[in-house]
Amino acid sequence: MLSVPCPWCGPRDETEFSYGGQAHVAHPAEPDALSDHEWSDYLFVRDNPRGPFAERWCHSAGCRRWFNAVRDTVTHSFLAVYRIGDPVPEIS
Amino acid sequence: MTAAPDGAPQEHPSWLWRNPDPKPSYDVVIIGAGGHGLATAYYLAAEHGITNVAVVERGWLAGGNMARNTTIIRSNYLWDASAGIYEHSLKLWEGLAEALDYDILFSQRGVLNLAHTLQDVREGIRRVNANRLNGIDAEWLDPQQVADVCPIVDISPDTRYPVLGATYQPRGGIAKHDHVAWAFARAADAMGVDLVQNCEVTGIDVDRGRVAGLRTSRGPITAGKVALCAAGHSSVLAGMAGLRLPIQSHPLQALVSELLEPVHPCVVMSNAVHVYVSQAHKGELVMGAGVDAYISYAQRGSVHTIERQMSAALELFPIFARAHVLRTWAGIVDVSPDASPILGLTPVEHLYINCGWGTGGFKATPGAGSVYAHTIASDAPHPLNAPFSLERFTTGALVDEHGAAAVAH
Repeated sequence: MLSVPCPWCGPRDETEFSYGGQAHVAHPAEPDALSDHEWSDYLFVRDNPRGPFAERWCHSAGCRRWFNAVRDTVTHSFLAVYRIGDPVPEIS
Repeated sequence: MTAAPDGAPQEHPSWLWRNPDPKPSYDVVIIGAGGHGLATAYYLAAEHGITNVAVVERGWLAGGNMARNTTIIRSNYLWDASAGIYEHSLKLWEGLAEALDYDILFSQRGVLNLAHTLQDVREGIRRVNANRLNGIDAEWLDPQQVADVCPIVDISPDTRYPVLGATYQPRGGIAKHDHVAWAFARAADAMGVDLVQNCEVTGIDVDRGRVAGLRTSRGPITAGKVALCAAGHSSVLAGMAGLRLPIQSHPLQALVSELLEPVHPCVVMSNAVHVYVSQAHKGELVMGAGVDAYISYAQRGSVHTIERQMSAALELFPIFARAHVLRTWAGIVDVSPDASPILGLTPVEHLYINCGWGTGGFKATPGAGSVYAHTIASDAPHPLNAPFSLERFTTGALVDEHGAAAVAH
């Protein structure tokens, strides 16, 4: 089981969290202006990298707040956690 | 069967195919020597006469999801497009041992999909009717009939999620996954296909919109056509050709018990409590459930996922309470937005894609191989895989099997 480092509560068991998929996917500013292909990209296509991945988590059975994390999809280690709205931290 | 040198046991897999070095050039290179890749190579050679083919594999033959699945075979999907491709596959399964001259231990012991809520019952009856309209064997069973098929299922009304009925596909069942891979590998190899193991693809060369070849850990390979067949790693490979796929890679875990006397005569699946269980020929109970929530390439998942699937199994089969877990494992599955595969052409000329089977690719092994071979040979989809194009996510013509066909595969 993952140990998820909630930025407000500290490390807790994964069972307390829900997963929110890729972070930083903004709703298109002008949906009407998008081509079908661009709309499809927004609806269905997400990054799926082997390695570091910026993703969303919600501490749903704890403080109930959303936050972002950079996690390695091969090692499962959390490289950074940061608040919604903050930019992706530099990973050294 | 092929005679083995110096009296080695005939069934030992190392004698069933050559282990060649890659040639500098092939007409077709298939990436991924799992069940689908091997089947594709077999049908390319057997049905289309294309034998200057390599199947390149990063690890060893059939060592990915082909070695990690729960071997369930069925075709009772709701939508016509799905019924078409999965039933095509089931029909091929029914003649596969003979076609490949190899015992794949295909056992049509029947598949039950249990209903635990009124909504499950309605959905199940609808699916039985849809299956019958598509010529697929399907029956609706009441709880007593469920117990007649599978006596160890607890059908008492005082459980947390009582069994209210089930759909039943008698032609469904299981097969021995290793034997399936070996049978396809041996037959493809005998027709001249090179099965190249320990050969990791590190780049895909595209020249003016057309695929030109591959860079691999064993040197460059020029290819007329390249066919991706890499399940959980499809996004990584497609990225090498500049494509982004609507695919997310998740761990899918399964487990087996210690060897037990035969107690479980069929395959039982339940969406509501979420587990699927059969008993392998050797005697292990084989169980799987849903994916772990997070994106992963690690081939391992979280223990609470296993805990949930075992508690679901105990809810259905109280007799399992004293069975011990022998081992658990995970494979990386390629989940698409509509829980249907992506099988067809790509925006890159002569680059083809077969992925998105998510948690249910094993049952499609021969069917996907046959229509993928057709797609590669004729540079156009077979009618059975035309609905499963990559473009459907732009046109909106999804084949939405989420919830429709028993999400558990």
